[in-house]
Amino acid sequence: MAKSGVTARGGAGRTRGPWLSTVARQRELSLVAIMVVLGALVSIGAPQFLTPSNLSQVASLASIIAIAAVGQALVVITRNIDLSVEAMMGLVAYCVAIVLERHVLDAPAAIAFGLGLGLVLGMINGVIVTLLRVPAIVATLGTLSIFRGVDYLVAGSHQVPLAGLPPGFTDAARDSILGIPIFVLVALVVVVIGSVVLRSTRFGRQVYAVGSNPEAAAILGIPSRLIVFTAFSLCGLLSGVAGVLWVMQFGTINGTSATGVVLSVVAAVVVGGVAIFGGSGSLAGAALGALFLGFIANALILVGLSQFWLQAIYGVVILVAISADALILRRIQRATAARRAR
Amino acid sequence: MERRSSGRFIALASVAVLIFAACSSGSTSSPSAAVPTAAPAGGLTVGYLPKDIVNQYFAAAKTGVDKAAGETGGKVIQVGPNEAKADLQIPFITDLTTQKVSAIIISADGKDEVAPSLKAAMKAGIKVVGFDSSPAVGAYDVFVNQVDFSGVGVNLSDWACELAPSCTGDIAILSAAATATNQNAWIDLMKTTLATDKYKGLKLVDTVYGDDDATKSTTQAQALLTKYPNLKVIVAPTTVGILAAAQVVAQAGKSATVKVTGLGFPNDMKPFVKDGTSPVFGLWSVPDLGYLSYMVAAKLVSGEITGKEGETFTVKGLNGDQPYTIGKDSVVILGPAFRFDATNVDNFNF
Amino acid sequence: MSAAVTPANGQRRWTRLLARWETLLVVAVVGLVALGASLSPFFLTPGNFSNLVAALMEVAIMALPMTLIIVAAEIDLSVESMAGLASAILGFLWAAGVPLWIGIPVVLVVGALGGLMNGLLVARGGLPSLVVTLGTLALFRGLALIVLGPRGVSDFPPAFTELGFGHVPGTLIPWPFVVFVLLALVLGILLHRTWVGRQIYAIGKNPGTARFSGVRVTRVRVGLFVLSGLIAALAGIILTSRLSSARADAGSGMTLTVVTVVLLGGVNIFGGSGTIPGVALAVLAVAVMQNALRLASVTVEVQSIALGLLLILSVVIPTFAHQAKSALDRVRGGRPPPADSIAHGEAALS
Repeated sequence: MAKSGVTARGGAGRTRGPWLSTVARQRELSLVAIMVVLGALVSIGAPQFLTPSNLSQVASLASIIAIAAVGQALVVITRNIDLSVEAMMGLVAYCVAIVLERHVLDAPAAIAFGLGLGLVLGMINGVIVTLLRVPAIVATLGTLSIFRGVDYLVAGSHQVPLAGLPPGFTDAARDSILGIPIFVLVALVVVVIGSVVLRSTRFGRQVYAVGSNPEAAAILGIPSRLIVFTAFSLCGLLSGVAGVLWVMQFGTINGTSATGVVLSVVAAVVVGGVAIFGGSGSLAGAALGALFLGFIANALILVGLSQFWLQAIYGVVILVAISADALILRRIQRATAARRAR
Repeated sequence: MERRSSGRFIALASVAVLIFAACSSGSTSSPSAAVPTAAPAGGLTVGYLPKDIVNQYFAAAKTGVDKAAGETGGKVIQVGPNEAKADLQIPFITDLTTQKVSAIIISADGKDEVAPSLKAAMKAGIKVVGFDSSPAVGAYDVFVNQVDFSGVGVNLSDWACELAPSCTGDIAILSAAATATNQNAWIDLMKTTLATDKYKGLKLVDTVYGDDDATKSTTQAQALLTKYPNLKVIVAPTTVGILAAAQVVAQAGKSATVKVTGLGFPNDMKPFVKDGTSPVFGLWSVPDLGYLSYMVAAKLVSGEITGKEGETFTVKGLNGDQPYTIGKDSVVILGPAFRFDATNVDNFNF
Repeated sequence: MSAAVTPANGQRRWTRLLARWETLLVVAVVGLVALGASLSPFFLTPGNFSNLVAALMEVAIMALPMTLIIVAAEIDLSVESMAGLASAILGFLWAAGVPLWIGIPVVLVVGALGGLMNGLLVARGGLPSLVVTLGTLALFRGLALIVLGPRGVSDFPPAFTELGFGHVPGTLIPWPFVVFVLLALVLGILLHRTWVGRQIYAIGKNPGTARFSGVRVTRVRVGLFVLSGLIAALAGIILTSRLSSARADAGSGMTLTVVTVVLLGGVNIFGGSGTIPGVALAVLAVAVMQNALRLASVTVEVQSIALGLLLILSVVIPTFAHQAKSALDRVRGGRPPPADSIAHGEAALS
């Protein structure tokens, strides 16, 4: 948001091909490395950490955030932000739960309904940002209040209990295929499809272009507003997916479900190396960021550190992540400048 | 450009309306009543301010409040926050005071935070009846305690002892909010009880807080299972927490080794009594709690009682028609906790 | 609206005045007051004004430095956590026996230091303020939780509670409102009448140009964040006093409202324009709206929706108004108005 950031990044609108992938890979690799080291350290004190059941539970829970983070990453890459993610998740979760409880739809139809609702909510965000020209942070701040208000309005004081859902609906949270939890598979599918689209299609390149230099993108004839609209819509769709998974994970759903999630989602994106200025970052990074944060939360519990340390550690992790980003960027810029000077 | 965008808006709005129609078809009535008019002739207008308006416990209590109001020709306005936080309750208290209701029935999220505004209400002539979770002493006229604290402390310990093999093993507490007056009192008394000889085999390894939020309680219960592999009993003195814990244990397939007990609704817990996750738990008649609270408010307004220690009054249909006595700190106790297990849980419907 | 000069020819002064965002806000406030009076007979009672502002004062106080920060094209998301940290430290010190006249200055220093951390990371480190303050949002809250844990400290002396909950003797004006007015005056003069204020606008519009013009960009930025942290700590103290309880989770959720109020006040999120009077009016508008709707028993949910809609409209309306104006100007054959008179929101979008 700070305009100084634009000049700090510098450069024309051409895609930073080699830089993008190098920085991204560095971030992803470092996250994986840290997780491995962390895992080893924690398991010394708490052997339950590395058990398959614990790992799959952590991964499952993190998958929900990861999917939402992938959607958020898409939006952030276009140099926008979506603060309404948690409200979209909560509203979709409640609507899916209530539709199931009242037997209006059966499970597959309810899931489709949830995804469709998420898509529509994302499109509303997209319209407000692209057509009404409201800056993303303002627009999604507004829709955060609106969607959450609608969620409370629709839910009232009602709560859908686990018993209200069709039997077996929540099993997906604990089942696995070939040893991999279903939630993790869903997240993997999302990440893989998203990454392929971003890296190998024209649409993907346009997304990065719009994010790194909107003026140049406009000159090049890229339909920026359509791209941004699509990003927000996809973010809504993925929030809808996360909302459906939320119902499966927690069972009991009311109007307050999924409150407070937006911090974790944005943190995951930042830790995952997606620059807040747009134009760079990977979906896999965002997903890994979510996994990373989930690991830390779990490690804390097992090591016996009070849960109250979690917030502080999240904060430190975010600050370290962006400082690392800035340092890497500066080194790259110095290298580029040096090379140009020769 | 403007016409196109308004066209898109209309389209989106219609879609939105359709979605809300689908979602809210037949949903329970929204928590707030219509604009309050002057109090109905001969009747009171009472503000009902629970910890939060999402918790089903308070919805159950409200059925009793409504019943009492219906019988006496009074009117109930429910207000309250979506989250159980004390600072969110304060604006509702001040607004009820402005609206000059006859009485406020409140379950406090934090006993001290709400005290100044409640005292201001009392100064304005409004009667304040605390229930479930008490405001600070001096900030209410009467506090209707649902259960004798020390009794509950013993009950919780007894049930944990019964469910742990040979009354031995690790137990943990999953409570509501860390500031909740009632839960904290019950937990303190439970700890005192656990210190006695009979329970020396039980080890309380942790107390965690689920804030009466379904999601948080679920996450906390899962964390307990992960962190303490030898856990034998989870004690949850909150209807939200016990349901979450039972769900988590049952879904993890650990019903044989980890038991859940505490305070829960029979309707919620019936399946868990059947599958062995929660063979024993307890509660009281929550609707009766609401009924009694309203009646106490009515008696305060009419002047029949003033809340002084030693006063007595009778409420038909409760306590076997025996009189209630107001105790120290203007506290009235509804009655002892009631134990539910496989032999009787099916007889109840709330 | 911009503090810079607008063209004199082709636009009469009173039309310019009408088109100012602040005027719209005054109209909105008057309209909301009328709405409130029509919705509830209690709205215009004297005690109500006090309640109206009381609950929003901590947000209002934090909105003032936030205005300066957003005008400078930055943002500080960590204010609510600093308020919580302030509350936690104050409670911790008080419970440890440290008298309040030592505790309060300590807390204010901590606030300034926290702001310094934000400022250094953003101004010297060149990191984006959105993410830095997101990190400190979590960090400060975490520190608050580490300091005080889940417990609350509530046995503060009544004199301290009077600060947050009481009124100026003889009137119904709450003390926090006095603090707000004083702070608004000071920061208003700073922003609109001093060289420092012009520097802030310059940094917000174009930091590069500002630097070349001799503005100490880094110093001003750091100063703004220090101010924000300090005031957030003050808000935390007032909150603790009003609730007569110190909690680590104090103030949570406030950042959203603070940013909403500032944006509603006409401040451009991209920096470079906005006024303190505008934000003060927005505070009033939001307070009136929330109070009126609560008294009319409109649910909190609908209020939430209304606030969100208001926020979006606050950007949409000026944008369309400007486009209508330029369309009209083009038809009339005049030259389009220069960039400076554009209402906020138009500036940097593609």
